[in-house]
Amino acid sequence: MNHFVRRQRYLIDFTLASLGRRKGKNLGLLGVYTLIVFLLASVMLFSQSLRREAGLLLENAPEVVVQRMVAGRHDLIPVDYLERIGTLRGVVAKYGRLWGYFYDPAVQANYTLLVPRDRTINSGELIVGHGIARTRGLGTGDFISFRAASGTTFSFRVAEVLAADAELVSADLLLVNEADFRAFFGIAEGLYTDIALEVRNPKEVRTVAEKLTVLLPDTRPILREEILRTYDALFQWRQGIVFVLLAGSLLAFVIFAWDKASGLSAEEKREIGILKAIGWETGDVIRMKFWEGALVSLGAFLLGYLAAYGHVFIFDAALFAPVLKGWAVLYPQFHPQPFVDGLQVATLFFFTVFPYTVATVVPIWRAATTDPDAVMR
Amino acid sequence: MHGTSATARLHHPGRAGTVPLLLLGAGLLLFAFTLLDAAWRGNDTALANSRQLVAGLGLTDLALFTEARYTRHLSQADRHTPFQDHPLALDHFPSGSLVPPPQRLQQP
Repeated sequence: MNHFVRRQRYLIDFTLASLGRRKGKNLGLLGVYTLIVFLLASVMLFSQSLRREAGLLLENAPEVVVQRMVAGRHDLIPVDYLERIGTLRGVVAKYGRLWGYFYDPAVQANYTLLVPRDRTINSGELIVGHGIARTRGLGTGDFISFRAASGTTFSFRVAEVLAADAELVSADLLLVNEADFRAFFGIAEGLYTDIALEVRNPKEVRTVAEKLTVLLPDTRPILREEILRTYDALFQWRQGIVFVLLAGSLLAFVIFAWDKASGLSAEEKREIGILKAIGWETGDVIRMKFWEGALVSLGAFLLGYLAAYGHVFIFDAALFAPVLKGWAVLYPQFHPQPFVDGLQVATLFFFTVFPYTVATVVPIWRAATTDPDAVMR
Repeated sequence: MHGTSATARLHHPGRAGTVPLLLLGAGLLLFAFTLLDAAWRGNDTALANSRQLVAGLGLTDLALFTEARYTRHLSQADRHTPFQDHPLALDHFPSGSLVPPPQRLQQP
């Protein structure tokens, strides 16, 4: 065992010394290789983290949201729909929700106005999300004015700023009380944006939704499991799109790496010939080249993965922020939680380390099994 | 003196690999550290405030893309929202090219 380890150690020493003789070329390869792993790993870690976070956060979303549709579009729902739902079996609570959008021309941003059920807000006051507070420079006690649907100006006092670590769900939220909301948007009493239902047994949610579509044919129930699936699909789609965009550079790298690894230069051929002439066995030459491939690819994988981990979980995926922002003025500042999927890391490892190592060994095996004299000529 | 160094070289021929191997070892240690870090920090305690807000306010979506209403509330959008200007209008928000329509709208 000891002998085996020492033998491998000497082979590794020899391999590294051999790589050192072509320093520029090999460092260049390592750099490009690392960059590719960094990009792939960053996208993978970021998407996985967001997917897990979305899943954990939206676990608490309403079980069923009922929207009224008019000519294919979402419309306000009258309060008598709550009565028409009546006492559906399995539904433990039902309530109308009031929420809407407001475009603020001062900063060219869209806000989401919402009437909360879990807290009381005084008339003329509002609670702002941390994203809005940051963008508009607001703090508790400050006043802010908006032009309402009727053309009159509404002035609100900021009663509270929502927690900064909840920006991912609340960056653009403005919480106001029901009377202010109705007056601001000109929504009459008896109308809601949509209706939310709480269902005790998760197995009954689908049955409740089916009954709803019969009972209220002009409505569309949106289930929590659909919301969760939407977000799951979103981040898979996003990851897929980035991978497709990267496909060109990936292919270029594959060609480059394959050419580098499988095409033996005359110098390398001569080296193999000399090694065989001085008594190296074919197995030793192959082992030496295996270590070359394994060390380069493992080094690139480790460097790339570690850099990606730092980029996503220490620097909050700073390189991806412009892509996510789009034209949005309000963008949540959040710190992705390090949710790492072992299987994904293993897949990345397999697809980055294994092909390069094989590509290095195969041509060497061909060269190493031929006569040293022929190889050296 | 000369004899001693020659013997040393005989016992440790070609130590070119020491530094790169140490670096590789350090890299493997850091890799293991990232997995431990993920296991340690990767839980929902840091999300407690957000989870409480979602439950209390009945929120349905993440505030990731606030530029258009169908990207702000992805799960609540209907078929028409990306083409709100007129039926043949192309979706013109950058986020629109990055988000797929909600799954239930993809079913025929």
